[in-house]
Amino acid sequence: MKIFVCVKHVPDTAANIKVVGENGFDETVKFVMNPYDEYAVEEAVRIVQEQGGEVVAVSVGKPNAINTVRSALAVGANRGILVKTDTQFLDSTTTALALKAAIEQDGAPELIFTGKQSVDSEGMQTHYRLAAKMGLPVATDVVAFSMENNKAVVECEMGGGDREVIEMAMPCVVGATKGLNEPRYPKLPDILKAKKKPLVEMDLADLGVAASPVSAAMTSLTQVKERGAATMMKGSVQEMVEDLVNRLENDVKVL
Amino acid sequence: MSNIGVLIEMDGQEIKASNHGVLTVACTGGNVVALVFTEDGEAIKSDLERFGAGKIVTMSATSPVQKASLMAAAVKEYDLGVLMGVSSSQGRDLLTRCACILDAPIALDAMHVNLSDGTVVKSHFSGKTTADIKLTGDILLIGLRPNVIEATENPVSAEMISFTAETGSSDAFKVLELKKGGGGAIDLSEAEIIITGGRPMDSAENFKLLHACAEVLPGAVGASRAAVDAGFAPHSIQVGQTGKTVSPKLYIGCGLSGSVQHFAGMKTSRVIVGINTDKDAPIFGKCDYGIVGDLFDVVPVLTDVLKARKG
Repeated sequence: MKIFVCVKHVPDTAANIKVVGENGFDETVKFVMNPYDEYAVEEAVRIVQEQGGEVVAVSVGKPNAINTVRSALAVGANRGILVKTDTQFLDSTTTALALKAAIEQDGAPELIFTGKQSVDSEGMQTHYRLAAKMGLPVATDVVAFSMENNKAVVECEMGGGDREVIEMAMPCVVGATKGLNEPRYPKLPDILKAKKKPLVEMDLADLGVAASPVSAAMTSLTQVKERGAATMMKGSVQEMVEDLVNRLENDVKVL
Repeated sequence: MSNIGVLIEMDGQEIKASNHGVLTVACTGGNVVALVFTEDGEAIKSDLERFGAGKIVTMSATSPVQKASLMAAAVKEYDLGVLMGVSSSQGRDLLTRCACILDAPIALDAMHVNLSDGTVVKSHFSGKTTADIKLTGDILLIGLRPNVIEATENPVSAEMISFTAETGSSDAFKVLELKKGGGGAIDLSEAEIIITGGRPMDSAENFKLLHACAEVLPGAVGASRAAVDAGFAPHSIQVGQTGKTVSPKLYIGCGLSGSVQHFAGMKTSRVIVGINTDKDAPIFGKCDYGIVGDLFDVVPVLTDVLKARKG
């Protein structure tokens, strides 16, 4: 079984983001693999460990994204591909075309896993674009995965705790989310071994991918201000709660 | 004036309240065409008319793939320049599938929309910043975050149209089953009031305390990542960076420290209340109202006071 996993190199979720210029940010913060992609990698690695085959981790990103590809190799992916660009925020359609080209150049996929969204640009659409460009079925927010007779059965988290069970012909694209599995932590020997695993780098231009004419371009970034210190309620529990409810009802009118 | 389509999301036989904000925005851009998957368009006609839908296009399909291809056909048929909808779990899925069919740009989870120049403001870096997104294309798709736009009425009378198109049949994607999990619970991302429990909830059993309060509010119950990871609550109600992003009008955090990752998922709430035993908890430095106290003492009193207030 040949499985591709698409991973993105993003700022750590704990990092404070400082906006620089019109639409840039201070990129000296710690970067990690996009948290949702960890579930994608874990699922692919488990399948291959059970059934044989290989997991190929693919990323489109700046040269430093090689670290996220290596993280995937450290937790069990067999090979890596990095398509290098000069921007952190490529249009989703262009990213999807780059992923498609890199995947097809490497070989025919039987499954493609991605995270359900990146935690930096939050576009929530690259996996849909990839599937559409490759003519494959896609499902997202996947919290359970199984396969039988060349069909994948996934459970997708809907609103209100509901789940939709979907059957897709393989190959297909699966957008993973938290709950799909418990991603493993890499062990030191695996991190060292990962450095010897095959990793191919190429430039976006080498793949012949032209920028998409339709686009969603990020033109400016604005820091969201934290609100200041809270107005603290005083007195007994009863008094504090009554004061609070009174303010919620009459001052800010949210009750 | 161009034609602005709005994908209407249904809750049984009624339209969800979160559609009203989307319709309000759509009215700023041109003639509003409502696209609805329903068998009974008459049942929702007056509601949609009240919020400015001059055309109501009813369609019928079951699978998301078929629905998206009907939507794409309707976009062409009714010459829509923009198709909007609620950025809920279902809305995001359908709008994105439709954008892929049309090869059109889409921005989801939008908090502000300017239809005259095709720009939206949306969350970026999980709520730490917002981004201005410029959409370029002949057809633009936009998913609006629930509760961010105050709905205003724009009464019109509507033309009812039943629409169908060839969607093709494919075995590649089949919905096998819908597993109900919430038991009628309010969807977190669309709730107007949310009460959330953190690690100090200490057990799944204790979440009943929050559910009792949520019932009176009325609102939905959320959980922090720590509470979910400890097994006290399902991931489907997790708020924060690896959970749901919510913008209710009132957010009550019980036993939350106030981590960057949690705030990323709820800081656009209109009013935030913190309840924590530690007077130095970070949450008190970035919320509107605070109560220093044990949630096990405070929440039951809150429930009682709210009950008494309702009479």
